[in-house]
Amino acid sequence: MALQDKYQQLISQATSAGVSNLNVKEQDNVLYISGDAPSADVKNQLWDTYNTIDPDFRAGDLVLDVNVGNAVDGGKVKVVTQQSNLNIRKGPGTDQPIVGKAAHGDTITLLSKANAQWWLVKDNDGEEGYAYAQYLEPVS
Amino acid sequence: MNILKAPALMAAVVTVGMVSCKPNDAKIKTEIETKLKTEQGLSAVTVDVQKAAVTLAGTTDSDAAKATAETDAKGVKGVESVANNITVNAPAPTPTITTNAPTINPDDALTTAVKDATKDFAGVKADVKDGIVTLTGDIKRADLPKLLQGIAASKPKKVENKLTIK
Repeated sequence: MALQDKYQQLISQATSAGVSNLNVKEQDNVLYISGDAPSADVKNQLWDTYNTIDPDFRAGDLVLDVNVGNAVDGGKVKVVTQQSNLNIRKGPGTDQPIVGKAAHGDTITLLSKANAQWWLVKDNDGEEGYAYAQYLEPVS
Repeated sequence: MNILKAPALMAAVVTVGMVSCKPNDAKIKTEIETKLKTEQGLSAVTVDVQKAAVTLAGTTDSDAAKATAETDAKGVKGVESVANNITVNAPAPTPTITTNAPTINPDDALTTAVKDATKDFAGVKADVKDGIVTLTGDIKRADLPKLLQGIAASKPKKVENKLTIK
């Protein structure tokens, strides 16, 4: 329970910000928080709070697995790489050949979610392939 | 002259009659509103009074509160009838937090996912053993959350952040 107390602010924030499917479990001295955030802003705010409670994320006592849940098949997603282009690959994995690139800041189409890490997308040139989900943000 | 005056007189009488009725309704309305203010959950209830007939509308969160508003209105002197048109809102879903055991990827799946998560961070090295992801190397502070979001999404047991922050 001690870790839940340490990260209580984060849990409260997740609740009030409307994170759905929120799961909080402490196991082997690690706290696991997972859920679906209603927007990328909410996810980033939660990480800001995490960084405040545990500066630079050094303690290793929290796995914060909150992802933006409202990306829907057929919907638009924005490329949120640091600055580079996003590789679009033939299959879900970095070992797969690159079939295209989407520019930083581009809005492309989500076709389906292959898994939590890799989403099948279609870029604005009509190329289809898999992109790393952490660099995609749903736009409403 | 008298014929001309008669309608004016009648109008005056009618006006006086109406005016004498109005403060009564207004007074009833004020009294009910004052009462409702002391109750819980009735701030979104509106009161309308026409010739001592009260209509309650608006919203509240429970049947009990709706009934209270009606009782309050009926208790005010001069009220002849109360139409209770208050809508009871469905209760807001209370946020539920589940406490299921976390999903932790086996090492091979974790290694693949971690590799994907770290590939864009040139200075970062990640080792996976028994579900524990150990990060070494260096990174810019601004890039740290993005990297760790990717690592957390790969469903590790634990993350050891031994990165040097530039």
